[in-house]
Amino acid sequence: MIFHISSRSGVPPYLQIVQQVKQDIRLGLLEEGDKLPAVREVVTMIAINPNTVVKAYRALEAQGYIEKRSGIGTFASKPPPAPPPGVQAALLAKLNEWIAETKAAGLDEEAAEALFTTALRNKRGESHDASSTN
Amino acid sequence: MTQAVQTKLKYAIETSGLGKRYRSFWALKDCAVTVPQGSVTALVGPNGAGKTTLLKLLVGLNRPSAGAAVVLGQTPNQTTEYLSEIGYLAQEIPLYSQFSAADHFAMGAHLDPRWDNDLAVKRLNELKIPLDRPVGKLSGGQRAQVGLAMALAKKPRLLLLDEPVAALDPLARVDFLTSLAQAAADADGELTVVMSSHLLADLERVCDHVIILASGETQLCDDIEQVLKTHKLLVGPPGALPASNEYIVIKESRSSTAAHALVRLSSLRISVPGWHVRDVDIEEIVLAYMGQSRDAATSEGAAQ
Repeated sequence: MIFHISSRSGVPPYLQIVQQVKQDIRLGLLEEGDKLPAVREVVTMIAINPNTVVKAYRALEAQGYIEKRSGIGTFASKPPPAPPPGVQAALLAKLNEWIAETKAAGLDEEAAEALFTTALRNKRGESHDASSTN
Repeated sequence: MTQAVQTKLKYAIETSGLGKRYRSFWALKDCAVTVPQGSVTALVGPNGAGKTTLLKLLVGLNRPSAGAAVVLGQTPNQTTEYLSEIGYLAQEIPLYSQFSAADHFAMGAHLDPRWDNDLAVKRLNELKIPLDRPVGKLSGGQRAQVGLAMALAKKPRLLLLDEPVAALDPLARVDFLTSLAQAAADADGELTVVMSSHLLADLERVCDHVIILASGETQLCDDIEQVLKTHKLLVGPPGALPASNEYIVIKESRSSTAAHALVRLSSLRISVPGWHVRDVDIEEIVLAYMGQSRDAATSEGAAQ
């Protein structure tokens, strides 16, 4: 697999690696049992700090996306079960309703998106707080 | 979580109140930085910020006028015992242009009992850099790689690089940084690197820590990820940003229709009614700090 790191996004590089591996797993580009590049290979590929790669792999391992087999390497594991399709559809329906409300209130797409992003960010801030107290 | 890990880590470098004065001019003042063992730290700041001064103090080439530095548990000095732990690559890459890389390596092996000649030769072979050609006939990028190979062949625990990529073309920069990142990966946490640059853009992926110097003073010294988490851009209506203990304003700019404020957060939760919070990249944060110190210097000058 090939990583790409953007320095303009404000997203920490380790998180970009995490997101790219998850994305590849979701898209089926990385299947169960596929080998991920070793830390040194990633370092050579994109001139990145090795600690960043280690950290990303650790996070992915903790979330069950990959597993480390000592002495052999790191492999994609079975992706964690996604919520059943019904749940996603229900969530989407709620979101559609919410979008209709923003339209009715006179908000354009960008304004609605800004609200949504802000809410996501605030939630993220809460979980950061929670993790930093551990 | 990260904080708990960091307190357990040993610092490769710890300075307090460190300063260097040339006659009445303080090239570096009141410098308090910590560099965790095993980190790759970017030392950034505009020209004249005190980067080279700080590095020379750490190598023991200069003596401080104030304060103290503890490097690998010792006060920097010129003993072989201390210097064998430290790899230092000066800005001008001091190599003898008539001598080949192999000649330089032979000299290193002669002077340093810990010298790993195989490692140095292997590095250059991998990069297809001729060992027998006078280094004066190599490209700038290749010379930088020879300098790096020599610094690493000493098997140092601390590598100090002064503007290593400033004079290189983009491709040579990437090659150099790749070599450096590989060395860090191979050392498995046993090697600490500090490298200076006037811009962070080239270095940020390879580095996990950053020190921002400007006008001889330390503006920021932290884990890069932490810096990204704690710095945000607030976008709101024209007019002043309400004062709050949730943040410190680093840089403000206003137009007739909107105001932008780059802030450092005191807590990770922030809400200012009517203002949006946006992520900023590290380059913007560094520039904001540099601009802040320049503005302060200008207003000081105006007051005198």
